[in-house]
Amino acid sequence: MSATAGSERARTELTDIVEGSELPPLSVRLTRTDLVRYAGASGDFNPIHWNDRVAESVELPGVVAHGMLTMALGARLVTEWLGDPGAVLSYQARFTRPVPVPDVVDGVDDPTLGAVLELTGTVKSISVADDGARTARVDISAKFDGKTVLGRAAAVVRLPA
Amino acid sequence: MVDESYVGRTLPPSPPYQVGRERIREFATAVGERSPLCHDVEAARAAGYPDLVAPPSFPVVFTMPRIELFLRDPGFGWRFEGTVHGDQKIEFQRPIHAGDELVTVVRVDGLRTRAGTHMLTLHCAVSTIGGEPVCATEALLLSQEDVG
Repeated sequence: MSATAGSERARTELTDIVEGSELPPLSVRLTRTDLVRYAGASGDFNPIHWNDRVAESVELPGVVAHGMLTMALGARLVTEWLGDPGAVLSYQARFTRPVPVPDVVDGVDDPTLGAVLELTGTVKSISVADDGARTARVDISAKFDGKTVLGRAAAVVRLPA
Repeated sequence: MVDESYVGRTLPPSPPYQVGRERIREFATAVGERSPLCHDVEAARAAGYPDLVAPPSFPVVFTMPRIELFLRDPGFGWRFEGTVHGDQKIEFQRPIHAGDELVTVVRVDGLRTRAGTHMLTLHCAVSTIGGEPVCATEALLLSQEDVG
């Protein structure tokens, strides 16, 4: 998996977060290798995520990414911003459109081809508890080929004190 | 035929799932999560966690096998092949970390059938073997009605 953002980028000053703040965007290229690795790590061996014939038999354009992998990348957008994977209090998403991950272009094998996902996020609201702890609701957008693949994706996170 | 009498039922608890460091590292690598808190025990401890922290979508690792076990139960009558994941929610009482021993309890929350498609809502309550609640998940799963 290759990413053009991540820990290299300058992190937004987390104490300056306000409603409307945008998270540093994340662009991830998913290849067949990434899908196989995720299958092994998650235990989801549904063949639509690694076998074109099975995927096509259920009217998909070919092998598609696991919805939960796309959702995990949405979580990464948030955890890389906060620097803490334990700061996510809740997270939800709808799987609205499959993400095809091809390994052939014009009849020629290209296992590095894959699909590029563009992830962005915006702080929708901030709440402050009685003890001063701040939480933020982040709306997440995940797009492939300019089209949304996660619907109503949102996380509630604990902000640093 | 799907047996609608399952709606509202709570299924037997899973055997304990032991959250291992290497599984967290492998899962984090597979989703591209490079936070040291998922890979480096000392970094996780320095940040106040008892051990490596699991990425937020990690519960899929041990809840999905319980869901699959139920969906493949011939008594329920679900057509497993072709099942589609519609949406997913997760809520944490606290982050999952290496060393946790977690029990999953699946509850059948809802079933609707529209235009030949079943829409099933399953809730998973996850707690430690000591009974401490850790997280809860909710999945919407879709499958074609078996007309045979």
